Amino acid sequence: MKILVCIKQVPDMESRFRPDASGVWYSEIDMAFRVNEYDEYAIEEAVRLKEKLGGEPELTVLSLGPDRVVEGIKKALAMGCDRGIHVQDSASQLKDPWQIASAIAASARGENYDLIFTGLQSQDRGSAQVGTMVAELLEYSCATTVIGFEYAEGSVTVKRELEGGLRAVVRLKTPALVTCQLGLNQPRYPTLPNIMKAKKKEILTVPVSELLHEEPRTVMAGFYAPAKKGTGVVLEGDVADQVDKLIGILKDKTGLLR
Amino acid sequence: MKALLIAECRDGKILDYSYELFGFAARLSADVAVLLVGKEGELPECGGAVYLADVAKYGECNPDQHKLVVLAAVEREKPDYVVLMHSSYGWDLAPRVAAGLKVAQLSEVVAVAEDGFELPCCSQKMRRKAKPVGSPVVLTLQLGAFPAVKPGGSPALQRIDVEGEGKVEFLGYEPPPPKGVDLGRAEVIVSAGRGIGKKENIEVIAALARVLGGEVGASRPVVDSGWIDAGHQVGTTGQTVSPKLYVACGISGAIQHLAGMKKSGFIVAVNKDKEAPIGEVADVLVVADVMQFVPALTAKLAK
Repeated sequence: MKILVCIKQVPDMESRFRPDASGVWYSEIDMAFRVNEYDEYAIEEAVRLKEKLGGEPELTVLSLGPDRVVEGIKKALAMGCDRGIHVQDSASQLKDPWQIASAIAASARGENYDLIFTGLQSQDRGSAQVGTMVAELLEYSCATTVIGFEYAEGSVTVKRELEGGLRAVVRLKTPALVTCQLGLNQPRYPTLPNIMKAKKKEILTVPVSELLHEEPRTVMAGFYAPAKKGTGVVLEGDVADQVDKLIGILKDKTGLLR
Repeated sequence: MKALLIAECRDGKILDYSYELFGFAARLSADVAVLLVGKEGELPECGGAVYLADVAKYGECNPDQHKLVVLAAVEREKPDYVVLMHSSYGWDLAPRVAAGLKVAQLSEVVAVAEDGFELPCCSQKMRRKAKPVGSPVVLTLQLGAFPAVKPGGSPALQRIDVEGEGKVEFLGYEPPPPKGVDLGRAEVIVSAGRGIGKKENIEVIAALARVLGGEVGASRPVVDSGWIDAGHQVGTTGQTVSPKLYVACGISGAIQHLAGMKKSGFIVAVNKDKEAPIGEVADVLVVADVMQFVPALTAKLAK
């Protein structure tokens, strides 16, 4: 059995985002990058499946982007993936979801992965398209927003999270791709011995030009902070002072405090 | 200009937010056709062409076949835009349709710009503008970004029937987890977000809720981390609330959370990040560390 996990590196979302020189995406200056949160659930679920099946499946992790994404691949290897593929692309931020999906599908085609795990979406772009498009390109069955995953004898049964707490239970034929929602599991922290072991695992580097021959279908045209509504009061400074001011406002505006 | 709107059904009923699709079409001044995988007794309240695929045949959770149905309607209508909501249904179906048509998709549109569309990014902290290349274009709309509009009129029903097998087999719905607490009736809700740092700090939030005579709510990451049970979750996938006072503690403001609480009467957000999206809906944003501010507020109120 062969499993692929697709991950992306994103900035810490607490960061202050500023436009880069192109004006269509954020500047990476002073940014700390980490594995996209949704993708950590994807890695964890794949590793759990490998463990459940006695370690038999070969688990490959793929990340597309500049050289820094190798750090993300190494984390996935330390969490339990067997080998990595770095699709080297120093301008990945300018690719649209269709191009990214095409490059991933080109890498996966012919590899006969039985299962592909991805995150539901990236925290920075947030388009929630890439995983599903990879499945479409490879003609895999696909379920999104997965918060429960079971594999037994070639059959995948997942719970999809819908609105209002409702879940849909669906069964997929393999080969299948699932996009993982937060809460699917509790992603593990890599242990020191596993971090050391990961250093010896293979990471294959493939230039994106070998995989991608598609033109973009969307063009990025701007990046900016949302217009402020400016109606709210902002309280800053000393905590005791903030407390007094807030209590004053609540007495004034809500009628809940006397 | 023509838009094909993909309405959404659950348990045989049209979901209310489907009418936001009409609000968006009105913003574009587009002629409208509607597609629904549903049943005849439950058609959208609008005039014009309504394509109906029988839900008894295609099911509500069968995206491969729904894709074929959409492609058939696109073939007949030749729309400029195929529009879905950015819901669990929409984001599941839209990329399949875009891939099937080999066209652009833009996700979670929040506004129409002069030469493109505005989309949120970076966990709602920023916006970006994107322009599609080619036609038609598949769009998903952020829930609540465009007004719900019921155009009225009598639909001109056209049936759609396609052949082809789905690769996803729907086994059934599972009900939401039992509500631990009925947040819908609470006058005051004090909600904990990831910014509280650890499970033990829920008690700090609960203490403020007690002194305000309210209930404890939570954002999704707090529930996912097992710090509190799912019955307390506020948001699209939890409970929708509208208390007189909502205090969001350490909640950055993911759109799914905002959708569940923005109708609250008065919103106070406590967050150390002044740029956090929760500031967009807050009447008062207290820029502070939750674990310093909340105990101080509780102590003062308890006096």
